[in-house]
Amino acid sequence: VIIGLDIGSRSIELVAMNNREVVHALRVPTTFDPLSQCRKLLDGLRPDILVGTGYGRNLIQRLGLDCEHSAITEIKAHAIGARHLFPEAATVLDIGGQDTKAIALSGGRVMKFEMNDRCAAGTGKFLEYTAGVFQIPIEEFGHYAMKGNDPPVISSICTVFAETEATSLMAQGKQPESIALGLHKAIIKRTVNMLNRVGLNQPLVFTGGVANNPCVLSLLASAIKAEEGTGLLIPENPDMVGALGAALHAADG
Amino acid sequence: MWEKLDLDLDAHDALLEVLGKFYGDIYMSQQNRLQGAEYLDFVLSEVHGLRIKELQDAKAEGRKVIGTFCVFVPEEITLAADAVHVGLCAGADAGTDLAEQLVPRNTCALIKSFIGFKMAKLCPFTESSDMIVGETTCDGKKKAYEAFNEITPTYIMEVPQTKTEAARALWKSEVLRYLAEVEKLTGKTITPERLKQGIKTTNAKRRALQRLTSLRAADPAPISGRDALLVNQISFYDEPIRFTAKINELCDELESRIAVKDGIAPAKTPRLLLSGCPMAVPNWKLPYVIESSGAVIVGEESCIGTRNSRDLVDESGETMDEMIDAIVDRYMKIDCACFTPNTERQENVTDLAKRMNADGVIHYSLLFCQPYTHEALKVDKTLQAEGIPMLSIETDYSMEDVEQLKTRIEAFVETLA
Repeated sequence: VIIGLDIGSRSIELVAMNNREVVHALRVPTTFDPLSQCRKLLDGLRPDILVGTGYGRNLIQRLGLDCEHSAITEIKAHAIGARHLFPEAATVLDIGGQDTKAIALSGGRVMKFEMNDRCAAGTGKFLEYTAGVFQIPIEEFGHYAMKGNDPPVISSICTVFAETEATSLMAQGKQPESIALGLHKAIIKRTVNMLNRVGLNQPLVFTGGVANNPCVLSLLASAIKAEEGTGLLIPENPDMVGALGAALHAADG
Repeated sequence: MWEKLDLDLDAHDALLEVLGKFYGDIYMSQQNRLQGAEYLDFVLSEVHGLRIKELQDAKAEGRKVIGTFCVFVPEEITLAADAVHVGLCAGADAGTDLAEQLVPRNTCALIKSFIGFKMAKLCPFTESSDMIVGETTCDGKKKAYEAFNEITPTYIMEVPQTKTEAARALWKSEVLRYLAEVEKLTGKTITPERLKQGIKTTNAKRRALQRLTSLRAADPAPISGRDALLVNQISFYDEPIRFTAKINELCDELESRIAVKDGIAPAKTPRLLLSGCPMAVPNWKLPYVIESSGAVIVGEESCIGTRNSRDLVDESGETMDEMIDAIVDRYMKIDCACFTPNTERQENVTDLAKRMNADGVIHYSLLFCQPYTHEALKVDKTLQAEGIPMLSIETDYSMEDVEQLKTRIEAFVETLA
């Protein structure tokens, strides 16, 4: 069995493959003890090869594995995973817990990429934090925002400043759903800029946990004028694409 | 000796301890390093020790020490007046909180560093200097020297911003003004013979650095980028004749390594050219991240790199006038991003990448450095047209973004493999 392990800032995903078929897929929160969480995920599995990816990819060296193991970056992992699910993919967008990555592919290879640097502005963490301000569970935040209309322009993308801006808007009596919609629009604006910098070509495959947010999806589709059904492609399990890519990399040696 | 220098000795000791640990992690951990690196280790371990003693001894003999921040200050003239030419500390997060009282927060780390080193009394080179020379390169530095001048007298050279005939005439007048100032400081008359010797010494140093650059075209790379950067860094501190001899010895060792195809990294390791802002001691962050990501650095297109060593002064001049003209012409070739236009830099980066057989270029801009960050876009376009991939990095001296940098650099290296 071949394993891909994506150790992200918010969650850890494991994909186990046998003959290039996914036989097992699991996800746990990262917590402050990612090593124990990895061990939990690996419990009962006897990998022949393991490839780590994600922010904590080098932690696999400390797992005491007796199998062949290596690490690749999440940029490569998401590119491989996205191309496997959608061979026609031209661009990949991954919005995870603390990073946003825009990846331009050519012939299946990574040609160019952009990612945010030291700040988690506009990532999953931003949504999680602002959802908290509205006291809405993160899973429902997208639906909540979609009830808004005539969203105010939120000019700040900094998580802390955006909260200040949202608070001022609430004080002005703006409907909270509309403010939430404005926050979602701010993310999309930043994301599309990043996509344009690498040269956005469709189809665009959207991976990472934030691809579960219906408001982000619908705003993104209209912002990039995605062709109906073929321009913007969402995997069934967008969170698992990094781990899938790592497993495929292991399988292809 | 140390008590005589106006230093905060406790803070200075603490800085040296951190520096020593940092050096151990980044340099001493390297496998299959050169024997010639012993010289580098020694000079660096004594950079705030024996070298300062040498400066003090020189001063006791009546020689003067001139401290600089930029490759535009003509070392040939300093040496012709038997003065010592040194680069001043600007590569570490030191006294940043103090510096932010004099310059805005969105000033690059290098500028904050040299001001911080002075205000926190941490740089023995600054404290040993009889004359500190600033220059009008970028706006950040220009305004910073105004503030710096209030805490320590700073002589400013006006570096032109274009390469027209009028700009050259301005630069020539500035070179002559510097010469007169150095004569006044040292009480020595710069004769044609002395100037010729100054030119020869400086050219010899640059030739040794050029030789090192050429040898790095070999695969496997015979020397790590970290060590080569250190050589370039030390070229601003050490006594030039000793430095030249030691670097030529190191190059002899490199030649014998290349002959047996021995290297610091295996053959076919992805080769990267670093391009952009200068990396002053101990700013080894990016080279360390790059060389821990499965790549080897094969050149530094920066002021602490080929921008300082690429061009020589024509040695054929005999009269004072001829030699001054030769110096002026040599310095006007510097492709600093403060010039407009500065298209020769794009050509120079491309040429160097090809000459060094680089697989890609990492462009490094200090956060808030407008000239180089701007040129990153231009260099990227030029390299793209040549089919050479480039990754643009903007960072500073802090360690908070190391993991993010690792991801980006590793991903870039993956695309080259």
